[in-house]
Amino acid sequence: MAATKASKEQKYDRQLRLWGDHGQESLESAHVCLINATATGTEILKNLVLPGIGAFTIVDGHTVSGEDVGNNFFLSNNSIGKNRAQAATELLQELNSDVSGNFVEESPNKLLDNNPEFFNRFTIVIGVQLPESTCLRLDSVLWSASVPFLVCKSYGLIGYMRLVVQEHSVIESHPDNALEDLRLNQPFAELKNHIQSYDLDSMDKKDHSHTPWIIIVAKHLERWLSEHNLQPPKNYKEKEAFRQFIREGIRKKENGVPEDEENFEEAIKNVNTALNPTKIPSTVEDLFNSEECNDVTSQTPSFWVMLRAVKEFALNEGNGSLPVRGTIPDMIADSQKFINLQNVYREKAMQDAAAVSKHVECLLQSIGKVGYSTYIANRRCRCLGKNSSFLRVVRCRSLAEEYSVDTVNKDEITSSMDNPDSEMVFYLMLRSVDRFYQQHSRYPGVYNYQVEDDISKLKLCVNSLLQEYSLNVNIKDDYIHEFCRYGAAEPHTVAAFLGGSAAQEAIKIISHQFVPFNNTFIYNAMSQTSATLQL
Amino acid sequence: MVRFGSRMAVDGGHRDGGCDWDGRWNHVTKFLERPGPFTHPDFEPSTEALSGFRLIHVVDMDTIDLSNLNRQFLFRPKDVGRPKAEVAADFINSRIPGCKVVPHFKKIQDFDDSFYRQFHIIVCGLDSIIARRWMNGMLISLLSYEDGVLDPSSIIPLIDGGTEGFKGNARVVLPGMTACIDCTLELYPPQINFPMCTIASMPRLPEHCIEYARILQWPKDKPFGETSLDGDNPEHIQWVFERAQERAAQFNITGVTYRLTQGVVKRIIPAVASTNAVIAAACATEVFKIATSAYIPLNNYLVFNDVDGLYTYTFEAERKENCSACSQVPQDLQFPSSAKLQDVLEYLTENASLQMKSPAITTTLEGKNKTLYLQSVKSIEERTRPNLCKTLKELGLSDGQELAVADVTTPQTVLFKLNFTT
Repeated sequence: MAATKASKEQKYDRQLRLWGDHGQESLESAHVCLINATATGTEILKNLVLPGIGAFTIVDGHTVSGEDVGNNFFLSNNSIGKNRAQAATELLQELNSDVSGNFVEESPNKLLDNNPEFFNRFTIVIGVQLPESTCLRLDSVLWSASVPFLVCKSYGLIGYMRLVVQEHSVIESHPDNALEDLRLNQPFAELKNHIQSYDLDSMDKKDHSHTPWIIIVAKHLERWLSEHNLQPPKNYKEKEAFRQFIREGIRKKENGVPEDEENFEEAIKNVNTALNPTKIPSTVEDLFNSEECNDVTSQTPSFWVMLRAVKEFALNEGNGSLPVRGTIPDMIADSQKFINLQNVYREKAMQDAAAVSKHVECLLQSIGKVGYSTYIANRRCRCLGKNSSFLRVVRCRSLAEEYSVDTVNKDEITSSMDNPDSEMVFYLMLRSVDRFYQQHSRYPGVYNYQVEDDISKLKLCVNSLLQEYSLNVNIKDDYIHEFCRYGAAEPHTVAAFLGGSAAQEAIKIISHQFVPFNNTFIYNAMSQTSATLQL
Repeated sequence: MVRFGSRMAVDGGHRDGGCDWDGRWNHVTKFLERPGPFTHPDFEPSTEALSGFRLIHVVDMDTIDLSNLNRQFLFRPKDVGRPKAEVAADFINSRIPGCKVVPHFKKIQDFDDSFYRQFHIIVCGLDSIIARRWMNGMLISLLSYEDGVLDPSSIIPLIDGGTEGFKGNARVVLPGMTACIDCTLELYPPQINFPMCTIASMPRLPEHCIEYARILQWPKDKPFGETSLDGDNPEHIQWVFERAQERAAQFNITGVTYRLTQGVVKRIIPAVASTNAVIAAACATEVFKIATSAYIPLNNYLVFNDVDGLYTYTFEAERKENCSACSQVPQDLQFPSSAKLQDVLEYLTENASLQMKSPAITTTLEGKNKTLYLQSVKSIEERTRPNLCKTLKELGLSDGQELAVADVTTPQTVLFKLNFTT
């Protein structure tokens, strides 16, 4: 047992460094459903099986054809004639023995007819190369069941992804370039005391040049405020003056030449960072103002209870600010000074997290949900406090809303099409191709002899689409020609690009770490460009 | 870390009976047989059936590690310890009928121009910039010019991909025509190591404690005799971990873990299957475009990041006029004649556009080849070390003198021209 755990830690080491053990646990508890084991489908699943999701189930009623084997790494020519779900499950299963692979030899439409609750058990459903009508049926069922739905399509050299999820909360978004939370414009009591314990003028040379830049900026800011009517430096001119002010704090040698004090240089370099006002980000303010946050009932999901607790904290102990994050960047300083300063921030963060935790308890009590383990609450609240500036909620509306004439996002479509070569044109072409399929029960241009005639047929579909939605846009004939040319081909390299993209979005949904896209992603392999549209 | 040279036999080639079946090429033929509005100007649709015989050489010096298995899907637990090139070749050859992958369990530097010349396309998934620069230099050395005009048939396209966590990039290099790896060296800032004084006397982070154990304590204590620290040996990592913990306790530093220790010692970069799949796919798409002329290739750099949603950025990296690798112009070295050779050495290693690792400098004096300084051979290093303190004038170098510099970052020596400033 211990050997398996150790070898799993080794095997997954490179990804554990990204989403942690708790992220891995959420993956291992997940059950993913893939509909259609085409190249796109198996490539997506490959990138979920390798990192160790708990289980997958492939739903596919198709029989493997020679064409399938031609572009699918997880089918072999021995698979021809077998059910595609079964054949693909075999070759995907052998990628990782930690994962449990299952298959259902049935078309999704049949399942929707006979047993729509089948899909309720899944953590996420990924539907690939599905016609519009099936997507809409799945959309309806999964939306009611609150199961996230990821639609993917490789069509010629175009890749398409659409995420449907009512409400997806993210505490650990891991932003790339987060601003530091230093509180220098409104130092909390313990920070103030700590700053006061320093007397730069009376320090010896070594201590002076090994004082953390945060202290240096704080000290100079104190003097500046007293000389400027308690107004911090605001514009470029004032900040330059402030930098110069700090520079004057550098000790000089006997001959007047300034000493080499790197910590002061750091302070000067970091003035902008230091002077960042402590503010609740607008994304978080919006969450504070939302109904779910303010109307906490026994039905409220735990994320909103926690968010409300953070809001209560901000209104009370926080004095209008979020819990202190508790981390500081490394800086030139001797060990003791740095560790002591770091501990000031860390202890304050723990205090704030404990206060948030108390609010969580009170809220739970008020809605009659007592018995919430204090240990879990404390750890989660520390995580919550640390990430309070980065909390995100992503809502990707249903396909029904996207497709309805009443709620279609006309503005997004027409403004994107101001540039007739923007990726939006591919979205419109995919919708048109779906229309073609509905009308003709086949995709355009599959056989060489069809290409030329299908161009005019496809153009009719394009026009009917634009008319139905009253879209005053122009689609160049070149794109209509190109989409006939594609003949609904699913080249492996496009399938593989989507395979990586979609798998990571699924991992985001499963782990609630990192932020998923909202809500349509188009990839153009011809130009190697992409766009995210909110439709 | 797998590299392919592919010879795409669109023009014929062998046709093994058991390798084709109905519909096998359906997803590809449409792009080869049909004209279209976005194809490459040179593209000529052809209805000749794709022969499907593809020859791919794979060069990789590594063996398989357990930690590779979370993303390197051609390998299984039973393959741990075996050479990657060989296992990859076996897997693909058995999974894809008619495909012939030839493995080389070697370093890329083990081959010379006669090897690389045989390929139509080179694809790189290397794990270091040095190796990329070497490959880049090799393909540039294969270029032939007639009367100053580049012969296009001597160009071998280089498709390069790299990833780190959730970030990745893919680029197309047409040596002699588009920006090469060295043209954009500034896109890769040099790796920053912690300052020694921090490690030695002023640790603040758990990483400082780990580096202390690795850099200072290990050579001193020699815990496993004369063996150097091996990041893949769990006993070694455990030793570093424990020493790092002790040091951290001394300074009240928290956060030293086994995982962090291993990460610092091995300079581990986090990696997942998904990012690698995206970048590999982008590279493969470019191989397809170049091999078939079906579409205009990526021009010429793609950046990908899926931390927050999915983000791509595509741009044309520009050629550098005086690129040390591809500009064919001898590099200018501007120094006063009173400058020391040490100054020149520092310039070669620290300059952002050169970033050489351990350059060996030679020149011709009085008709004879003279080594001014060379680090990689101990006896020569000792013999030439005094030259570092001598001035360029003392060394007998004159204005306009050509210096030939060899380094791991390039397979060919780089020529520099000394330009004495006053």
